[in-house]
Formats: sequence, C-alpha cells, structure tokens
Amino acid sequence: MKITIGLATCGISAGAKPVFDALKDANLPVEKVGCIGMCYNEPVVTVIDDNKKSIYGNVTIDNVNKLIECIKKGEECKELLVANDINELDFYKKQNRLVMENCGLIDPLNLEQYKENKGYSGLNNALKLEPKQVIEQIKISGLRGRGGAGFPTAIKWGFLADKKGKKYLICNGDEGDPGAFMNRTVMESDPFKLIEGITIGAYATGTEEGIIYTRAEYPLAIETLEKALKIAYDNNLLGNNILGKEGFNFKLYIQKGAGAFVCGEETAMINSIEGKRGMPKPRPPYPAEKGLYGKPTNVNNVGTWAHVATIMKIGASEYAKIGTEKTKGTKVVCLTGKIKRTGIVEVPMGTKLRDIVYEIGGGTPEGTEFKAILSGGPAGGCIPKEHLDTPLDYETLQALGAIMGSGGMVVINNEACMVDVARYFMNFTQEESCGKCTPCREGTKRLLEMLIKVTRGVGGEKDIDKIRQLAEFVRDNALCGLGQNAPNSVLSTLRFFRDEYVMHLKDKTCCAGACANLLKYNITDKCVGCGNCARHCPVGCISGEPRKKHVIDQEKCIKCGTCYEVCAFKAIKKT
Amino acid sequence: MQRRNKMSKIKLTINNMEVEGKPGDMIIDVARRNGIEIPHFCWNDRMERIGACRLCIVEVKGMQKLIASCCTPIKEGIVVNTHSPRVLEARRTNMELLLANHDLNCVTCKENLSCKLQKYAEELMIQDIRFDGEKRTENPDDSSVSIRRDNNKCILCEQCVRVCNDIQTVYAIGLQKRGFHTKVSPPFGLDMNKSACVNCGQCVVACPTGALTEKSDIQGVINALNSDKYLIAQTAPSIRATLGECFGMPVGTPVTGKMVTALKEAGFHQVFDTDLAADICIIEEATEFIKRFKEKKDLPMITTCCPAWIKFGEQFFFDELHHMSSCRSPQAILASLIKTYYAEKIKKNPKDIILVDIMPCTAKKFEILRPEFSGEADYVLTTVELAKLLKQLNVDFSSLKDSKFDNPLGESTGAAAIFGHTGGVMEAALRTAADWISGKDLKKIDYKAIRSMDTMKEAEIEIGGEKVKVCVVHTLGEARKLMEQIKEGKSPYHFIEIMACYGGCIGGGGQPPPHNKKTLAKRTKALIDVDEKMDVRKSHKNPSAIKIYKEYLGEFGSKRAHKLLHTHYSKKDYI
Repeated sequence: MKITIGLATCGISAGAKPVFDALKDANLPVEKVGCIGMCYNEPVVTVIDDNKKSIYGNVTIDNVNKLIECIKKGEECKELLVANDINELDFYKKQNRLVMENCGLIDPLNLEQYKENKGYSGLNNALKLEPKQVIEQIKISGLRGRGGAGFPTAIKWGFLADKKGKKYLICNGDEGDPGAFMNRTVMESDPFKLIEGITIGAYATGTEEGIIYTRAEYPLAIETLEKALKIAYDNNLLGNNILGKEGFNFKLYIQKGAGAFVCGEETAMINSIEGKRGMPKPRPPYPAEKGLYGKPTNVNNVGTWAHVATIMKIGASEYAKIGTEKTKGTKVVCLTGKIKRTGIVEVPMGTKLRDIVYEIGGGTPEGTEFKAILSGGPAGGCIPKEHLDTPLDYETLQALGAIMGSGGMVVINNEACMVDVARYFMNFTQEESCGKCTPCREGTKRLLEMLIKVTRGVGGEKDIDKIRQLAEFVRDNALCGLGQNAPNSVLSTLRFFRDEYVMHLKDKTCCAGACANLLKYNITDKCVGCGNCARHCPVGCISGEPRKKHVIDQEKCIKCGTCYEVCAFKAIKKT
Repeated sequence: MQRRNKMSKIKLTINNMEVEGKPGDMIIDVARRNGIEIPHFCWNDRMERIGACRLCIVEVKGMQKLIASCCTPIKEGIVVNTHSPRVLEARRTNMELLLANHDLNCVTCKENLSCKLQKYAEELMIQDIRFDGEKRTENPDDSSVSIRRDNNKCILCEQCVRVCNDIQTVYAIGLQKRGFHTKVSPPFGLDMNKSACVNCGQCVVACPTGALTEKSDIQGVINALNSDKYLIAQTAPSIRATLGECFGMPVGTPVTGKMVTALKEAGFHQVFDTDLAADICIIEEATEFIKRFKEKKDLPMITTCCPAWIKFGEQFFFDELHHMSSCRSPQAILASLIKTYYAEKIKKNPKDIILVDIMPCTAKKFEILRPEFSGEADYVLTTVELAKLLKQLNVDFSSLKDSKFDNPLGESTGAAAIFGHTGGVMEAALRTAADWISGKDLKKIDYKAIRSMDTMKEAEIEIGGEKVKVCVVHTLGEARKLMEQIKEGKSPYHFIEIMACYGGCIGGGGQPPPHNKKTLAKRTKALIDVDEKMDVRKSHKNPSAIKIYKEYLGEFGSKRAHKLLHTHYSKKDYI
C-alpha cells in the first residue's frame, strides 16, 4: 500500500501538514508529493492499494481519523472519496497534462521517481544531437515564451547561441501576479523538469552559467529547488561534463528576489540579480546583446523551460500537433476567482475559454452569473461572456485587450463591480510601479484616483473619457511592459462594461452592490420592529418605535452593512 | 576605410529635413546635432540613457506608438516628426502629470525663471492641469551645509542619482520606495549631512528643477554688508570666466574687472584675488613635491585644492591620506593670510573682518566649516549666488567699468588663472617644479597633453633628466579608479591632480548650468586666454607672493608657511 499527500504550499495552507502527521502517527506508509492542481479539493490524499486507487479530497485534521479508520479496515472512505482515477473528473477531462504530468504524483525530490516517468530522457535525447539541432527541434515544436509575450523560443535561443564568450541563462520564476501560482507549483512539485529544461537550453546555446530567479516569498519552492539542484549536481546532471558529455559544463543556482512585481520584467530582473534596484532599462540593447553583467543573456519563464524537457522527451513534431496553427503546445493556467473548481489547469492552446470556465471549472458558484474572466493578471484585461468562445491564444487574447500573461485567470461573477475590479488591479499596478517613468508612476496613480471617484459616484460621464485618454496615454508611453499593460484592466472594462461606469456616475448606483459608497440600505415592510438593527448600528442612524417599522437616516448611514447582517427577518434591502 | 565610412552612415528624415547619423546614434543625438531641440528631462549625454521621463517622445512614420527618442537607435530611411500634434498632445499630458504632483510654488522657488519644468510648461502652454489628487508632501532637507533638497519639486529624472552614483561614485543618494511614493533620498531616508555626500554639488547642477539647490548664504552676506565690520571678498580663479553668463553675456567671456567693480559696488571694502593664493599654493606644493620626489616618499602626491575630493578621500580611502599634499586649498590659504598677515598689516582685529569667498563650489561651504580652518573665512557664495546677490542689490553688471584687485593680495600670474580648469593646477605646478629642478627659467611652459576634456589624462615629463609621470583626473569616479590603483600599490604616477567636478572648477557645483562639453570648453578657453595674456606665467615669479614670503612667511616651505598654509586630513565616517 502506498499513501501520498500533496504537500506543496497550496496543500500546506489548506491544512495538509497535520493530516500528514496524523497519517504518519497511525503508522501508515505515507509519502509526500507535490500539488496535483485540484485546489478546490486540497488537502488531497491518494491511497494506492493492490492497483486500486482512491483519491480523497478535503481531508482535514477533523476528518482524517475517519479516513485512517477506513484505510486500516481496508475499506474505501466513501465520505471523502473524490474519484478513483483523476481522469474521471470533469476537472481533468479537457486537460492535457504535459508540464504538469508529474505534479502531485511523484515525490518532487525523488530523482528515481522522476526518471521512472522518462525524466531526463529529454536531456539524453538532446545530447545525442548537435546544439544547433536542438534549437531546430525547439523551432519545429513551435514553442513560444510562456511568460506572456509569446516570443518564439528558438529565435531567442538562436541569438544567444551565436554569441561567443561568457553568457547567461536566466529562468524567470518571479511570479508576482495575484492569483497566479503555476511557476510555484512547477518549482515545488516537479523541480527536475525545470532543471532538465534549463540544462537542455544550456546545451543548445552553449551557455555555462544559469540562474533561477525567484521570489523570497516562495520559501518552499526555494528549499525544494535547492535540494533538487544538489541532487542534480551529485548525479552529474549539472556541473562539469554533464552525463559524460565531454566539455558540456553548466552551473545553475538560485537568486532570490525581494518580491517586486516589476522584477518579472527581464531588464529589471537583471538589475535585481546584479544587486541593483529592480528597475527596467530601455531596450535596445536587448539582454541577448547586453544582459546580466553586460553579457549576452537569455531570459525564459519557468513555464517555457518546463516545456523544453517535455518537447525533447516526446519529440518536437509530436508536441507541435497540440495547440493551434500559431501557438503550439499547452498552457498552464491558474483558475481562480468566483468559480466552483479552482486550481491549476493545463490545456492545449486553442481551448475555448468557455470550456475552461464551465467544463473544467464548473462555472460560477450556484445562484451567481458569470460576468467576465480576467486573463493575464493585474496587467491583463477582462473578457466578457460574449467572447467566451475565444480560443486561448496569444493573438486572440490580445485582440480583446487582454493578454495571456503568465496564465492567471480570474473568474468574475455578477457579485463584482467591474469598475471596482479595475480599481483593484490599478491599485496593485500603481503600488508595484517601480517609479521610474512618468506615465506609469504618475499616470497609474491618477487613474487609480479617478477610478476611486467613480466607485464613489463622484463626477460625471465626461470623466469616463478622461479616464480612457489617460489610460491610453499610459499604455502608449510607459517604459516597460508593466506600465504599458497596467491600463489594460481599465481599458477592457471600459470597452465591455462602459455601462457600469455610466451607472456609477449618472445614476449613482453600483449594479453589483460592491461599491460601498453607492449602497443604500432600506428597511422594508418585513420589519417587525424588534429593534435589533438599531441596537447594533454603530452610528445610531436607525430609529423607530417598538414593534413598528424602523427607518434608516440615509444622511448618517455609513453603509457598514451591520443592520443587513443582524436582521433576522431579512427586512433590510441593499440596493 | 573610405568604404566603411560610407557604409556606416545612416540617412533619415527629421521634421522634413534629410539628415545623417552613424550607427549607434539615437534619434535625439542626430536631432540635436542638426539644431532640433527635443524637450527632455532625464537625457544627458554624459549619463546612462534611462528613458524615464518620456518627454522626448517623437512620432516615427509607420510606427503605431510614439517612441522615446533618447533610447531609440536611428534606422535607415525612418521619417521622424519631433513636434507633431500627436507628440505635443502626449507631451502635454506628460507635463500635466508631472505638474499634478508638484508644489507649483514657482514664484517663491529658487529656480524661478531658470527651471526647465517651468520652461516646458510655458512652451507647451500648460494652462490647465486635468489631474488632481494626492501630492508629494515632504519637509525639505536642510541638514547639509552645501545642498538643500526639496522633494516636492522633484520630477524624478534621476540626473542627480546618476551623477552621484555613476559619475562621482559617491552613492550619497538613490531612489527609495516604489510607485507614486518613489523619491530621491540618502540611504534609509537619512538626512544629507549623515550621508556620504561630499558636497560637490554636481547634483545641483544636474537638477532641472528646484529640487536640489545650493544652500544659500546670500542673506548672511547681506546682513554682513550692512554691519559695521570690515568686508573682504576673495574670488576664485574660475569665477571670472563664468559670472558673465549669469548676466546674459556669451559663454567664455572673462569678466575679471567687472567682477571686482561689482563687489565694490555691493559694499566690500577690499576685493582680493584667490589667484594669489593659488600661486602660493603652487610654491608650497612644488616644494613639497620636489622633496617627496627626491626622497621617493609618499608618491604619488595628490593635489588638494578640491574640498569635495578631500572628503571623498577621507571617507573612502582613509588609509591613503599620506599621498595627499598637505597644502591647503587656495581659498584656505588666502583666508588664513587675510586673518593673520593682512589683519596685522592693517592693524585690525581678525574678528572685525568678515571674509566672503566667491567660489565655484558648494563644497567650499563645507570646507570653511572644517575645524582646522575655524575663524578664517565667514561665508561662501557660489557664482550663481553672487549673481543673485548683485541682481538683488541692483548692480547693473554688464555696464560696469573694470577695476583692479586690491593690494597686497591682488596680484597673480597666468599659472594661477588656469587653476580653474582641469589640468590647470598640474600645469602650474609643473611650470614651477620644472624651473626649480632644472635650475633654469624654462621657456616651454605649455603642457597641452593635460589640457583636454578627457576625464583621465596622463603625461610623462622629463625634468632635469628625470622622468616625472603625472596624471590628471576630473570626476570622482575617475579619482576612485586611481585611488584603487594606489591602494593596490600599482600606481605608476608621481604626481596626480584630482578635481571632483567635470571640467574642474569651471564645472563646479556653484557654476551656472548647463555643464556640457561645449560650455566647459569655452570657459577653459577664457582662462587659457587670461593666462596667455599675462606677463608673469609662473607662480614662483609672482612679485606679491615673493613679498609676502619675505615680509611674513620666511622661506618657501618654512615653519610659519607650514602653520598657515598647510593642513592635515583624517578618516571621516559616514552613515
């Protein structure tokens, strides 16, 4: 019998650690694995007994004893059972797990387990080829940068391969978007896949030094990677004459960042690695010419690197069969927000957003309606339901004013106000602006202030144009990708949800009831005059005689919502 | 070669004008060379291009976005418009964003009428600022004796940061915080007087607004002028070459006579020439150098006229202070002589004499406060401050008649005149040392190898059969390189001149901006002209200096001379 439990950051935060201890204390053969991607079912425990597999979800310290009891009896714990095979689940049916193939199934730090699943066959295949042929394979695979911009990886590698002398490879693991954690998952759950990918890149480009840049807020990812790097060095998978290939030397190490969103931008990241303030530099010169310490440098995202090992394992042309005409392969997406099944999802490029939201994610929670999906994190854009049949692809998303970004997808339902959503993300980007260029530093601040005014119903319709003009100015004039994409959330909500802006300014209402300042609480005829609301009101703005309908003094009301919550008769109406 | 030249020319069109550039040129470079001024804040030809202010954006035909001309390389055949309606509109928005976060106290600002922000606001006809909201509110930092910082006027062009870090390598200021809260500040938000600031004032020169200004002593001087004290002014060698610019005279106009008259009109009883002290400084320094050279002790010897350099050395290279000449700066020499020799001569209590130094330099404000020089000079006014004082006193500078300096401290030589530009001190010292070592009155006294604007110049001079290797550097970044060399024991030089400011004192922190190569070359020329027109061009032949030695100091390098004309240095802590 074998029992595994997902102990990546997501599992741990859902309470997997005490569950692991409990299983261990019960003398059960429990092993740690990474994250399988079913956030909605974490902590996830898998029991494999005589070829029978039982996957249990939401196993917590409160119900683990039930599970232990069942296991000891040799029974299946129906109460907690999720499935016997993950592929039975709707969540996985439309997925194609290439990068994520090992995640949640193997012990991340067990090299043997990684190799059992054909791990390092990619590197072995690569080493049989000339470096140029490896780049050719990547070209055939059609791999494009998974960090957001979708630049063809083979071309980028080609630039570096042509350079002589000292050069660097950088793996960008500075995942900073709220609601995005695919890089963390790969680093925590399958570190060898990442290391293998970078090593293949080193061979193809003739580079002897590489750096994995990740944020210090990912302690488990760093710990796992550090251990994995040591194992790789010990097994001649890094270091000198790798896998016996004479003259193939590659040194790979981790550099921690202090957690600035802008350090995901490659030139800012290079500054940060050099020990300088993480601020972008104008390009040209591109890193391929003058990068880290002034030397030619290639930066690829964790997502991109993880695909490399897979491509070299399954073959470039096999990989190229997946995806669309322009965009090959799969994309790992973090599905979060107002959706039933949150988690990490790997789908072929070209999968319709509708399938991701409904087939995989199960749609929005009961009783609510889908409103939009925000693709690309805080610098991304909102895509409304009319465009749900859009296939996942760099170009199609861009045409809608969104971006693929690193793959964060936040589902928004009718409980959210789109102006407030724009405000939220503008707040994030303006705080994370490095402060270097005027449009981003000053522009995002003013945009935020204007959006706050809209959420308060201050101003008139003409202010909408002012917002749009400034957003366009920031988009067109900012120095780096952060600033250029920062207004996306404003521009896309203005494009698809302009009526909500108008509603705030003209009618002074928020249709979602999310903007506190525009809310109105009224007491309806359901009121029995119990006086509970009046007793709880912190500003004493509710009055009325006992057993008679009470009233709220709108002038004094601070819209805290206490009355709404304490009323046992649902007599208070929020509009 | 011919062919390569032909090939390496790039043709493009700017504002309907066919122009040419070379590979590596940015659009702004070519535009400026052809007399097209593109508004900019962060661009500076001596600094790294950072593309931060985005004011220099231009429209390139066929390109969707406006691009920053400071960091976009030219390409064959591109058609550029630097002032199209679209460009002007974007620039206006940019300016409005900057002004929305500015205190707008123009009329009470020190930089009123000389501020670039004000200039562009006027040019772009900014009459209405569409954005309002939070503004930076910080108390000005008055802690430094030389430099005042007011972040409320800062537009974050980073010129000060780059000059301090990249050119001067002092690292006294940098950027702190992020986004809208980004600000220029010494490390950890400390006050300037606790930072490594060496008071060179290059940040003041670089600042396009009133965010960094010299600490004003004008009011103190006005009060002194209205007191019953005996008022003496001394003017540094470079002032005569730059003061005219403050009154609209062409760059490089020597105004020695007018300057003396102006100071007299302002109410000074005596106006003395720091040049005389420069001659005495050379006499002492040459004596010291010959002694060290013969004994081969403490070589290389480094000049110590520059107070910013002295503080730099005391902070960063305190183990190498024995290389510094013990000779005081000309300012401190004359101050010492005025309060001793001259006070005795006119039978006045030194306490009844107020000495005002007219200096090119903000660091002199720091120098006079050094405990070693206490009780000597009372105020330092920079060139810019003197001009402001004269304007305030309604002195019509350009129509003034010429006057001569007062005696006995007013006579000088050509050697002293060139103290004001880089290489001048070295040249003056060599003129005297060569005469003394060879025992002849040498005719060849122009050392042109050390006259250029290169920041590092070296020469090997044969004096009396011995080879003397000299080196002249300006900017502290270059000084740092030399000092590192000395620290490693690898310095090949015997004698080194270090000036903190680019160009020497004519580029000092108290001189009127701009300090570009062209302006500085013209100022240098003015000083060389003064030198060449002099009958006496060697310091040791200055009749007044000889007389002072005879009457008061004794022999060259005597004990009394040492007491009054020399000083000592010690380790300085910072932060």
